Amino acid sequence: MIAPQIFIVLVFFFWPAGQALVQSFQQSDPFGSSVEWSGLDNFRALWQDESYLASFKTTAIFSVSVAFSGISISLLLAFFADRVVRGKYIYRTLLILPYAVAPVVAGIIWLFLFAPSIGLLPNLLVNLGIQWNILLNSNHAMILIVIASVWKQISYNFLFFLAGLQNIPKSLIEAAAIDGASVVRRFWAIQLPLLSPTTFFLLVANTVYAFFDTFGVVDATTKGGPGKDTAILIYKVYFDGFKAMDLGGSAAQSIVLMFIVISLTIIQFRYIESRVNY
Amino acid sequence: MVEQNKILDYLSHFVLCLGVAVVAFPIYLALVASTHSAQEMSQSPVPLWFGSKMFENYYSILTGEGSGFNSRLLIGRMLWVSLVMAVGVATGKIVISIMSAFAVVYFRFPFRKLVFWGIFLTLMLPVEVRIVPTYKVIADLGLVNTYTGLIVPLTASATATFLFRQFFLTLPDELTEAAKMDGASPWRFLWHILLPLSRTSIAALFVIQFIYGWNQYLWPLLISTDEQMYPIVMGIHNLSTGGDTQVTWNLVMACAILAMLPPALVVVGMQKWFVKGLVDSEK
Repeated sequence: MIAPQIFIVLVFFFWPAGQALVQSFQQSDPFGSSVEWSGLDNFRALWQDESYLASFKTTAIFSVSVAFSGISISLLLAFFADRVVRGKYIYRTLLILPYAVAPVVAGIIWLFLFAPSIGLLPNLLVNLGIQWNILLNSNHAMILIVIASVWKQISYNFLFFLAGLQNIPKSLIEAAAIDGASVVRRFWAIQLPLLSPTTFFLLVANTVYAFFDTFGVVDATTKGGPGKDTAILIYKVYFDGFKAMDLGGSAAQSIVLMFIVISLTIIQFRYIESRVNY
Repeated sequence: MVEQNKILDYLSHFVLCLGVAVVAFPIYLALVASTHSAQEMSQSPVPLWFGSKMFENYYSILTGEGSGFNSRLLIGRMLWVSLVMAVGVATGKIVISIMSAFAVVYFRFPFRKLVFWGIFLTLMLPVEVRIVPTYKVIADLGLVNTYTGLIVPLTASATATFLFRQFFLTLPDELTEAAKMDGASPWRFLWHILLPLSRTSIAALFVIQFIYGWNQYLWPLLISTDEQMYPIVMGIHNLSTGGDTQVTWNLVMACAILAMLPPALVVVGMQKWFVKGLVDSEK
């Protein structure tokens, strides 16, 4: 019964993970004809590689911006969506649409909106005196991938916040209202603290999303450019492994990424275990 | 509603409308762009209302004729590949997850704990972090450019297994005992009792996994080197960057609309299951 799952897990998870581990200690040429053991050289090379450290920084900026803006926008929308009665389903349906859009397609649509010379938004920005060009200005490129990634993730965050808000007992809110607490006060003193498990979960989920699922967005829009200014870690693994053919280095990067995911997952599970039930 | 507050109600609707406008606007603009000719789309500013070239655009991308479009990139074929992949991933995941959850919950076998933790670990290793070595495995098995190579590595799923495990654990033991008393074999128990009971979970999971499979990009990028095996999401990307010529935004956007249509229909049409599946499977 369990054989198919075990088979797939062994062949496609543990075997590759093991190989990545082995490869990360090896040095091989692009054709795989000569392989030699190099110990920790690949990892040491990573720490000395400025472009890798820069990529770490890029990823940090990128994921913090994605997680922070995605979560705050969705929380705002969910808070109001929880209040309205009329038109609830229409709002929800329209807000969850981006979930169906593939990251690559999301990237392309935003690329179109921001396309130099014909794009809608650059034309508006010119009036404000901003020359928008993602091919030249790395800040602009970064803003573009952040917007596209956040846009795609809003639906996900929104649904979790909405479910979280609807799970808060109405009696708590009513009691606070009778005691004279204003809407704003009730939000800060009751709803937000009670949402903290959801918020924390989304924080981890959004970080993982920004780390891994945004490959399509980056590949479709900036391709890591201009220069290497938007090459997030996952893009670099792909680029170094398949375009630059540095298998050992790419495998070492994979191992670093695996550690990041594993630690994020452990943090998440420890937190869920210790989470307070109100 | 706790109290009557007209101003707040208006504010709520105002903020939501604004949010919806921002969220839906890019999709609307893509739809508009797909109804114009290439010339109209290369002028600035781009039109904001529907044009008249809708049928021509969709016809030309579906058949590969006219508009100086690369006729070898057949969108119809790509849509088919995507469909096979999405349905394959969703079905595969559900089948193997139910089977292993069934085994873990109802049978005592050696190394049960070990197996369980083995599956659990895979949760921590998304495809993206192990692309290079996994690609090597697939290449060694000769599965490049096959549906098997596209689908099978994506089907193992810890989340789905957990979802079914949690669900099976909530079912009362009496049910199992009654089935045993009546002489039902394990298969019969699974088929006639567990499956009908888990219908809602299956539907919910199917929606989520269908979208997951449809929107895969990095994996097909490595596995599909033959144009006959390109899923649509990958095809669009090649269109938008292909060649030195000016990007024909109207056709690219028409493809984008076609690519998002099936998952969007699934999300909107099965909204109840979708919301349930998303919120349940991640907890």
